[in-house]
Order: sequence, then C-alpha cells, then structure tokens
Amino acid sequence: MAKIIVVTSGKGGVGKTTSSAALGTGIALKGHKTVIIDFDVGLRNLDLIMGCERRVVYDFVNVINKEATLNQALIKDKRTDGLYILPASQTRDKDALTLEGVDAVLKELAEEFDYIICDSPAGIERGAQMALYFADVAVVVTNPEVSSVRDSDRILGILQSKSRRAERGDAPIEEHLLITRYHPERVSAGEMLSVEDVEEILAIPLIGVIPESESVLKASNQGTPVILETESEAGLAYTDAVDRLMGEERPMRFLDVQRKGFFKRLLGG
Amino acid sequence: MSDISFRLKGSVVTTVLLEIHEPILDRIRIDLTQKIEQVPHFFNQAPVIVDLAKCRTISLDEFEMIVKLIRDLGMSVIGWRAKNNLPEWAEASSIPQLPDSKSRDMKVSSVSDEVSKEVGTKRSDTEESSVIVKKIIEEKRVNQPAKVITRPVRSGQQVYAEGDLIVLSQVSAGAEVLADGNIHVYGALRGRALAGVRGDEQARIFCKSLEAELVSIAGNFMLSDSLQNNVWKESAQIMLVDDNLEVAPL
Ligand SMILES: Nc1ncnc2c1ncn2[C@@H]1O[C@H](COP(=O)(O)OP(=O)(O)O)[C@@H](O)[C@H]1O
Ligand SMILES: [Mg+2]
Repeated sequence: MAKIIVVTSGKGGVGKTTSSAALGTGIALKGHKTVIIDFDVGLRNLDLIMGCERRVVYDFVNVINKEATLNQALIKDKRTDGLYILPASQTRDKDALTLEGVDAVLKELAEEFDYIICDSPAGIERGAQMALYFADVAVVVTNPEVSSVRDSDRILGILQSKSRRAERGDAPIEEHLLITRYHPERVSAGEMLSVEDVEEILAIPLIGVIPESESVLKASNQGTPVILETESEAGLAYTDAVDRLMGEERPMRFLDVQRKGFFKRLLGG
Repeated sequence: MSDISFRLKGSVVTTVLLEIHEPILDRIRIDLTQKIEQVPHFFNQAPVIVDLAKCRTISLDEFEMIVKLIRDLGMSVIGWRAKNNLPEWAEASSIPQLPDSKSRDMKVSSVSDEVSKEVGTKRSDTEESSVIVKKIIEEKRVNQPAKVITRPVRSGQQVYAEGDLIVLSQVSAGAEVLADGNIHVYGALRGRALAGVRGDEQARIFCKSLEAELVSIAGNFMLSDSLQNNVWKESAQIMLVDDNLEVAPL
C-alpha cells in the first residue's frame, strides 16, 4: 500500500515546496519508490526546485484530462534513484483538478510507488483541500510566527473534518509538525515564537525544525533539493526529519543561538 | 395540508444586552466599535436589547441616535427595557419596550400539561408567552446527553452541543464552542466558549487553562482583555452571578 503524504500549511511562502522536494528526495534515498506531485496549478514551482523544469512535457492536468498517460508525464529524477516528479500545469486554472480525477491518478500511482508526496498550494480553499483529501499522513509546515501558526491550526481542522479519512470515519490522518525558517537569534530576541510555543499551540508531534539558511535559496536556484547539501544545516535538519518521519529517533539540532560569532564580536570583527 | 395559515410558538433567542450608563454617543461609538472589532462574527447581525435601567436620564432623541448607531454597526435593535427607570417618552418610541428578563426565569417547577391547557383559557398576552417559553426550556432540559469531543477544536471550527459539551483537548484561538448547557474544556481554552446559549443562566464554563478570546453565559459575555486580570492561564470556572460573569480559580 502506498502512503500518501500531504505537505501543507495554509499560509504561502512558508517552505512547503522546499520541504516536499527535500522529504521526497530523502525518502527515495532510503530506497522507497517515491513520487512528488505538484498541486499548485498555475504556479509550477516544484520542477524548478528539483531542477527538471526543462524536461516538462506533460503535466498533472494532462493526465487527469487523459491527454497524456502517467508514464508520459512522470519525470524521473536524474540524481536520486526511485524518485519521480509529476509537475503542475503552468497555464491551466485551478478548477482543472477534480476529486475524481485526482483519485484516479493517485490510484494508478499507488500501484507502482511506496510514497506519494502531495505538495499543496497555499490557502485553505479548494486547491489545498484537493491536495489533502486523500492523505494518510500530513506534514504541517509552519514558520515560527503567529499568523503561520494560526493558519496551520486551521489546516489541522480541515484535515480532521474535510479529508476522505474524516468523511469515511477511518483512522484520522497522522499529523506531523515541521517548523521551517527557524531563526534562533530572532527567537531569543523575542521576535519569533520558540519551538515550545509552536508545539504548545498546535499540540501535534514535531518531526523537525529547519533553520533559516542561505543554502536553501542557493540550492533552489541551482535546482537541487537542499537535503542533498550535506554541508548545510538546513539539509542535515531535513535528513533528520525524514528519519523521524520513518519512525527513527533523532535528537533535535540547530535550535540554539550559535556562539561561534562571539569571539569575532569580542575581537571587533 | 393544514387549514390554518399560521401557528404561534414561543422561542428563546440569545441576544446582546447593551447597558447604557451615560448617553454619550461618541464614547459609545468608540467603545462599541472596539468590542466589535475583537469578535466581529459574534456581533454580526446580532439582536440587541438596549437596557436603560442604569442610565440616569436620556431623551428620545439620544435614544434614537443610539439605535441608529447600533444599526450602522451591523446589529439590529429588537427592543429596549428600563426596569423601574422608565423615561417619560416610553410610550412615544417606535422601538418595542420589552419586559424585564427576570419575567422569563427558568424554573422548571409547575410547567405541565395543566399549564398548557390553561394557555387556551383567557389570560393576558404576556403571561401566555412566558408560559410557552418555560415549556420549551423544560423540553430542552430533559435527558440531553453530553457531547464529548476528544480531539482539539481548531481555528475556524465550531462545535455546538444541545446539552453539555465536554472537550478533552484544547480549543484553539479562532475556534468556537457553544452549548445549551455547561462547557468543560480539559485543555487550554484559547478560542470562544458560549455556554447556556438558549438562556440557561445556571450554565457554567470550566477549563484547564483560561486563555479565551471570549466567554459567554446566557448571552452575558466577557472578552479576553477583561479576562486577563484574573486566573489567566490557570484552571478556572466561569459562572453568572446576578447578571455578572464571575471568574474563579478551580
Ligand atoms: N529554511 C529556509 N531558509 C531560508 N529560506 C527558505 C527556507 N525555506 C524556504 N525558504 C524560502 O522561502 C521561499 C518560499 O519557499 P517555498 O518552499 O516555495 O514555500 P511554499 O511552497 O510554502 O510557498 C523560497 O524563496 C525559499 O527559498
Ligand atoms: Mg509551493
């Protein structure tokens, strides 16, 4: 049985696509056949971050409309074995996705893949609901600020009430919290919520804290998922998050203010 | 098909009671606008009763300006009342004067078939309607099992129970829980909780950590700014004592 994981948040720009690319790559690296689907119809971001934008011929909507087969639309990742991308259409409007259409595509993918990652668009409306409807697992991406936490709380309510599992009365969607763009200095200055604050408000298990890091932007400009950057703290934090998602225990890293700058400051650097 | 064109029924609606202390229009406007901004959805289209019992003097003009202000703010005035403090223009106002709320006290003692039979016999209008109100409340109170919610009530969600409501988890900011009876929250109460929404003044709210945006019992509400002085972020109960909400530690 394939596991369907939705990466969702409510708010835009918090790091859903960055996280979908990193988690999908990390899961595939563990030897599971994985596909990442871009549900953000009209924006098409995932293929840029995965560095496969030049290889997009057909997209998710083409498959739903039976204008192309799945095999024609799936893009095989060049770096990571067993990883595929199903890109979003850049041109169609959001209503091109239908529940029946999405259901049919997911069913076909489930025959071949172990993990299906759904990269959700922002918002709590139709597009986001389509991305989460069939999920077994949700990774709720949250920035440590009040508005992002509030939107994540709303999305958790929708996961509980408007997903297929909720409608059928099945076991609820497994919920995980992924805090991204964490800035220890700004947290200790009181400008951002702390990990504990966010955990207390949302009350779901934490699978990772990704620090704010320039390497994220650099990696995405190069079309490389940041999890492959083993020198980068953000990349390592995503690796830990994947391990925890797979049920392994990992201590949290990169939560404290770095002290290495201290001597520099002392010496007037 | 029935051959009558209408049926009379009693009903109880939760209303906002606006107690006027001084008829200073500008201040009322500022304060009221502020309150509404905090919980717009609570006030939107809400039925309002203007209570003049504690207002020293007010002219018909001033009263009508207040009514207009309330309407401009998106609520509707359904009546006014003044206990024993009747203004001289009482008869002249086009807004209905309502009896004091104590007249629909919710005792469930002698409401029985006999009483409803009596309703048919000659009685004054007000007595008739108060009897019907009592009867409806009695029916509502009979064995209404509590509703139990085991997961968090999240922002944007609303849960309503006809009897008591028991939430075994938290109520998030931006969420709303309502009950005809009591509300128990065995987690943090960060959203809005409205107990006794059909007028039960005995209803209470209990919570493990009081961090609410709004609490209300039988239409008497309190916003987070006034809650923060007292038992904030601690176990608390909220009850109605002589028309005032009282917050006490648990
Ligand atoms: N940990 C991080 N550190 C620095 N920048 C980040 C981080 N995560 C995401 N970003 C940046 O934030 C922006 C939005 O990220 P994206 O993944 O597209 O968000 P979403 O899909 O939620 O809209 C991008 O410019 C991305 O590079
Ligand atoms: Mg995105």
